[in-house]
Amino acid sequence: MSLILDKVSYIYSPGNAYETVAIDNVSLRIRDNEFIGIIGHTGSGKSTLIQHMNGLLAPTSGDIYFNGKDISEKGFNKQELRSKVGMVFQYPEHQLFEATVFEDIAFGPSNLGLSKEEIDDRVYEALKLVEFPEDLISASPFDLSGGQKRRAAIAGVLAMKPEILILDEPTAGLDPKGRDDILDMINNMHKSTGNTVVLVSHSMEDIARLVDRIIVMNKGKVAYDDTPKEVYKNYKELEQMGLRAPQITYLMHDLKNLGYDVSTDATTVDEASAEILRLFG
Amino acid sequence: MGIVKADNISYQYIRRDEDDNIEDINVALDGVSLDVKQGQFICVLGHNGSGKSTFAKHINALLTPSDGTLFVDGIDISKEESVMDVRQRAGMVFQNPDNQIIASIVEEDVGFGPENMGVPTDEIWQRVIRSLKAVGMWEYRDHSPNKLSGGQKQRVAIAGVMAMEPKCIVADEPTAMLDPIGRGEVIDALHQLNREKGVTIILITHYMEEVVDADKVFVMHKGKVALEGTPKEVFSRVDELRALQLDVPQITLLAHKLKEAGLDIPDGVLSREELTNVLNSR
Amino acid sequence: MFRELTIGQYYPIDSVIHRLDPRVKLMGAMVFIVTVFLADNIFSIVVVTGFLITAILLCKVPLSFMVKGLRPIVMLLIVAGIFNLFLTPGNVLFEIWIFHITDVGIKNCIFMIIRMVYLIVGTSIMTLTTTPNQLTDGLEKSLGFLNKIRIPVHEIAMMMSIALRFTPILVEETDKIMKAQMARGMDFESGNLFKRAKNMVPILVPLFVSAFRRANDLALAMEARCYNGGDGRTKMKPLKYKPDDRTGYLVEALFLLLTIVANVIYNHYLGGLFSNMINQ
Repeated sequence: MSLILDKVSYIYSPGNAYETVAIDNVSLRIRDNEFIGIIGHTGSGKSTLIQHMNGLLAPTSGDIYFNGKDISEKGFNKQELRSKVGMVFQYPEHQLFEATVFEDIAFGPSNLGLSKEEIDDRVYEALKLVEFPEDLISASPFDLSGGQKRRAAIAGVLAMKPEILILDEPTAGLDPKGRDDILDMINNMHKSTGNTVVLVSHSMEDIARLVDRIIVMNKGKVAYDDTPKEVYKNYKELEQMGLRAPQITYLMHDLKNLGYDVSTDATTVDEASAEILRLFG
Repeated sequence: MGIVKADNISYQYIRRDEDDNIEDINVALDGVSLDVKQGQFICVLGHNGSGKSTFAKHINALLTPSDGTLFVDGIDISKEESVMDVRQRAGMVFQNPDNQIIASIVEEDVGFGPENMGVPTDEIWQRVIRSLKAVGMWEYRDHSPNKLSGGQKQRVAIAGVMAMEPKCIVADEPTAMLDPIGRGEVIDALHQLNREKGVTIILITHYMEEVVDADKVFVMHKGKVALEGTPKEVFSRVDELRALQLDVPQITLLAHKLKEAGLDIPDGVLSREELTNVLNSR
Repeated sequence: MFRELTIGQYYPIDSVIHRLDPRVKLMGAMVFIVTVFLADNIFSIVVVTGFLITAILLCKVPLSFMVKGLRPIVMLLIVAGIFNLFLTPGNVLFEIWIFHITDVGIKNCIFMIIRMVYLIVGTSIMTLTTTPNQLTDGLEKSLGFLNKIRIPVHEIAMMMSIALRFTPILVEETDKIMKAQMARGMDFESGNLFKRAKNMVPILVPLFVSAFRRANDLALAMEARCYNGGDGRTKMKPLKYKPDDRTGYLVEALFLLLTIVANVIYNHYLGGLFSNMINQ
């Protein structure tokens, strides 16, 4: 399973005064079993980028290949693509509409024309993946708490059985506990299913903790595409892009600048504490 | 008496069924007492459902306590006739930037509050100019709010409150829906108003980095004030905070870990400068 | 897909027309609508066109921006044009298969298209140069007399301005919800009418929920800012006539008069002449 973006550009309102280049000549390859973080400040093109990955937007120029097939070709099944590349939008709970949680999650699979048994299986499987409390399955989605609503909405996408799951800021607006719970849930899901996860986030700290590859978007272009350690080495350049490396990175660089022989690779609290203890302990 | 003084206030959300029988009682505030001095920058922390938003709505008299009394600038907010007075003295900024901007032009929105208060036209303009300049949005005065970033919209909302010339601004999670740049803009604007205009700020948030520069922090849990003190005092209690399901800034957490591992590091380290100094002076 | 809607938008620049009192512009729009329907001959059309071009030049909004607002109604124009062209009885000029094209048909078709385009461009000049708040202020003040018969003019005006403020937000939201449901395998393009109607449910329900949530938030925010209805409110931008506004009314009156005069001249003195020429 692979998704390839080849020299993809997208222009909003081409040919008039409001013309804006949202993404500019982006080439990417998304492989099996990856956990990818996409960061970039608002307007950097990250939302436009991910909407190309499941064919919601068609590139102005360039090509996108899913499993070797050009998705813009005639006869390519876009619906199948959207089931294989699942997309969880920002504030996904705003798309809930059915009378019960169960029915809402079943909406996706029933659009795929599956049998009733298959749909039921998928709904229960998805509910399990998002760790949704079973006694609330027949509740109205509008009666749930904020965190539960979001889980139900994510389950609605998981029930499509995507092989690549894209989440656009899945923790936006949640409190710290809700944030940690959702991120842990996504991490567990990635580990247990082995699916590729693409996580769009503003939080460098969260991303540093979870992903093994970071794509930094800036002004519609890919500025960096590497492991977190490598990307955070450019912490000064990141600042120019309106981003900020984790506090830990700054601390390690401060120590190094004071003349300590410290590795600046640490990106999480645990790594930093091990490194500092090695030096000062 | 301080600008906001809560004397053992409680609030219950009561849900009734069709026959008007009580179906469910949800205690949102449970005996909260606190005293905020004029000119302070206060942060209220707590996870969702801890009662912090309910408390915020009391300060603006959008809710009135079921028990106890709350004074804003010496006025009892439970008195029907003083509601408008309270709302002029304690302005409120909400979470969703789109849902609190009423007018389609920035300056007209800032003028909305003074218009409601019956301020004469010339003075409305002076207030609008002053408020927009204070939050750095003057050059956007004739823009449509729809074209602004989240941080800019929240600054317009703050200006809208400033134009009512309140003594106190309550901001109920104003940064929850913003990106890091927008969050910075809003927090800076609030600090600046506090410093330069002496406005009391009560900031409700769950981003711990925003708390670091406050004069005083209240942590709420299950409708009660669970912890209170300076940021340093509160953040030295890392284990308690985590038990209350709250985050701790990364640097504070790291310092805590190092201390647990046996390094000689004080409690409540808040900034990375502080931590490097501590480590460097060893 | 909804981003390009320009009808009802405000275009923030400074011009003579922008500075006019909204009541003058409201009256202007009304006069313009009346004249567009009065104008049924080449003379008065010239007068109306002259007025419109002057207004377009004075308001400084780029013409391309206004024309964009016409795009959604192009189909409507074509359909209505065709109906007028083929189905109007009169002197047959030529025939295509079973259709007859008549002199009156051509005339109706041209006038209809001119009228529609003029109406939309003309009224959009008003919305492009007047902020929704000014517009509602203008309505509130000119209709203030209705208060006496217990019509809540202030509340209606406030409702209108809030509706205008939230229209673009809800349009964007609709776009987002559609995309989210498409990502869950929903298919908007195929299916019969019944299926398509059913497809609206996953969009309309979340949209209504969101609209209610926003309404609730907004009500709270307005209350927090001391909103208490129209009584005792002052105005940040009170409507006061300036010398320019008097000129504006005068121009409008003159324009109306000119259109009528043009009609009279045409019908009484020249009308016969032209139809004689055609009949010969």
